[in-house]
Amino acid sequence: MNLRSCLAVLGRFVSIAALGVATHALAQEPIKIGAFLSVTGPAAFLGDPEQKTLELYVEKINAAGGVLGRKLKLVSYDSAGDADKARTFVKRLIEEDKVDAIVGGSTTGETMAVIPLVEQAQLPFISLAGAVVIVEPVKKWVFKTPATDRMACEKIFQDMNGRKISKIGLISGSGAFDKSMRAQCMAVAPKYGIEIVGDETYGAQDTDMTAQLTKMRQNAQIQAVLNAGFGAGPAIVTKNFRQIGMTVPLYQSHGVASKEFIKLAGEAANGVRLPAAALLVAKALPFNDPQKKVVMAYEHDYESRYHQDVSTFGGHAYDGLFLLVDAMKKAHSADKAKVRDALESIHGWMGVDGEFNLSPQDHMGLDLSAFRMLEIKNGDWTLVK
Amino acid sequence: MSAQLLQYLLAGLTVGAIYALVALGFSIIYNASQVINFAQGEFVMIGGMATASLIGTGLPLPLAAPLAIVATTLVGLALAKFAVERARGAPVVTLIIITIGASILLRGLASLVWDKNIHPLPPFSGDRPIAIGGATLLPQSLWVLGVTLVVVAALWWFFNRTLHGKAMLATSHNRLAAQLVGVSVRRVLLVAFGLSAALGALAGILVAPITFTSWDVGVMLGLKGFAAAILGGLGSGPGAVVGGLLLGLIEALSAGYVSSAYKDVIAFGIMLTVLVLMPGGLLGRRSAERV
Repeated sequence: MNLRSCLAVLGRFVSIAALGVATHALAQEPIKIGAFLSVTGPAAFLGDPEQKTLELYVEKINAAGGVLGRKLKLVSYDSAGDADKARTFVKRLIEEDKVDAIVGGSTTGETMAVIPLVEQAQLPFISLAGAVVIVEPVKKWVFKTPATDRMACEKIFQDMNGRKISKIGLISGSGAFDKSMRAQCMAVAPKYGIEIVGDETYGAQDTDMTAQLTKMRQNAQIQAVLNAGFGAGPAIVTKNFRQIGMTVPLYQSHGVASKEFIKLAGEAANGVRLPAAALLVAKALPFNDPQKKVVMAYEHDYESRYHQDVSTFGGHAYDGLFLLVDAMKKAHSADKAKVRDALESIHGWMGVDGEFNLSPQDHMGLDLSAFRMLEIKNGDWTLVK
Repeated sequence: MSAQLLQYLLAGLTVGAIYALVALGFSIIYNASQVINFAQGEFVMIGGMATASLIGTGLPLPLAAPLAIVATTLVGLALAKFAVERARGAPVVTLIIITIGASILLRGLASLVWDKNIHPLPPFSGDRPIAIGGATLLPQSLWVLGVTLVVVAALWWFFNRTLHGKAMLATSHNRLAAQLVGVSVRRVLLVAFGLSAALGALAGILVAPITFTSWDVGVMLGLKGFAAAILGGLGSGPGAVVGGLLLGLIEALSAGYVSSAYKDVIAFGIMLTVLVLMPGGLLGRRSAERV
């Protein structure tokens, strides 16, 4: 080995060492994930589990070495369900905190308010809100994880098709969720050959719906009743439904897919069918179900850390965070444009909400398999075949 | 067809009786102090929530319900003693605003002391609907209607046959004159708030098995009860009952025969019409000095 080759080897060592130092310096710089969530206020039941989920998993990811050798840093603000606050915080996330991507927007209102800011600043944004309008039409930088109310309607109508039901009565509350779902159900009903022959509503704080239901009972055409709503309303509808002795099938929406509904409606809940996220029935899922592992792990992590029941809303945040992480790994960088492109190419990724197949045309990427059809039997959820 | 009408009537009467109980609370306080107590709905909420949480600790209903009523009464007395009485000299409008503030405070406290979830209460005597001529009625509705009747009778006896009741009536007619003949107006105010709180709590406990209870249940029930009291004539006991039942019936019938989306519009529309024609309400005093 002559001197020159010696030097060459030495030079290579030095340059590798220098590179090491460079990447090491880079590793000190964390990837900043921004979040704005309704941790307090009227939508706290959404934001609270979302915030807890993000904190829990950012910690876990960092403990396991971070992403691309860099730590994650969560910068989170409480927008309290207020669209104005959401705008202010997103501006701060973009301009002062200089985050690499944003996960957040517990409600549709907050999400829609910040979309122009995100589009202008050109950074990936994953919303945790429900409405279809967030991703339809497709916006270049905006993605979302929860399944939509339109899909819930479709899932219900599919089940009705299987039971040869074609004429239904629709009863919905006066809240935003109820109204949106009612509109979506009416829009997709013809696609499934379903005709809505009765359309009743009730107020958010109404205490008795027997009048509306009696009207439906008198309508001989009605083969099933669908109730779009959440909170106390659907539980009262269910009780009144049994009280006046209606015997047609009763469907509820994913809005009441929680143990609380069974607790409130009591025995009247038996026989009710509804679409729900797999997370609710994690334990009841068959072992060969591809989603079982993900939802069981999330349930275990969340409940062992916070000692409270896991909620589907926290699941949206889980999916939002890990979709971003996955995209960064795929792009081998946290570069905003590259991460965005990588997000669009995610295919067959299994999350808590279901299997995500994102594409330039679809920024949500879930299909109807995200919902499971459940029937309440003996006060507990059972999977419909 | 008649079974359908009967069902609407039964639904209307049940809801109406609830409104009537809340409306009575408004009237009692109005009589004693000319104040419209916007915290009345919160008494309903506290009654229901306290009962639900006491039952949650394992107490039986016959024990939990009276305890909850006592607790709510204490809240009512505290409201009178520490908020309304201290602003004695202030104009009525100020006092009304104080009660609005109190209602917001009580709601906030309830969401902290308890939680923001919706709680059920077991029905007093079963869940099996009673069939009446093709229509059905829950046993709990009979409880609501029955207790409302008993309460109305008891109030009538109290106001017309006891010295305390007569003193309260006297205060409502003329505060100064009542004071001159030796009625303690301060005591009357306290009793009125305590009585209204107890009534509200009773209503909250009775309706919780039908409508559930939660920290914000008082807002809408309070508003409907207020509307019923106005419709029947503020300050009139029979007026509160008539107004409540009428409001419930109008709602149920318009939901059944016209459109459920417009039932509140129809109910409040009729209410406005009545008030334009009879400013004192259906059974109110002819001279509608202050409404």
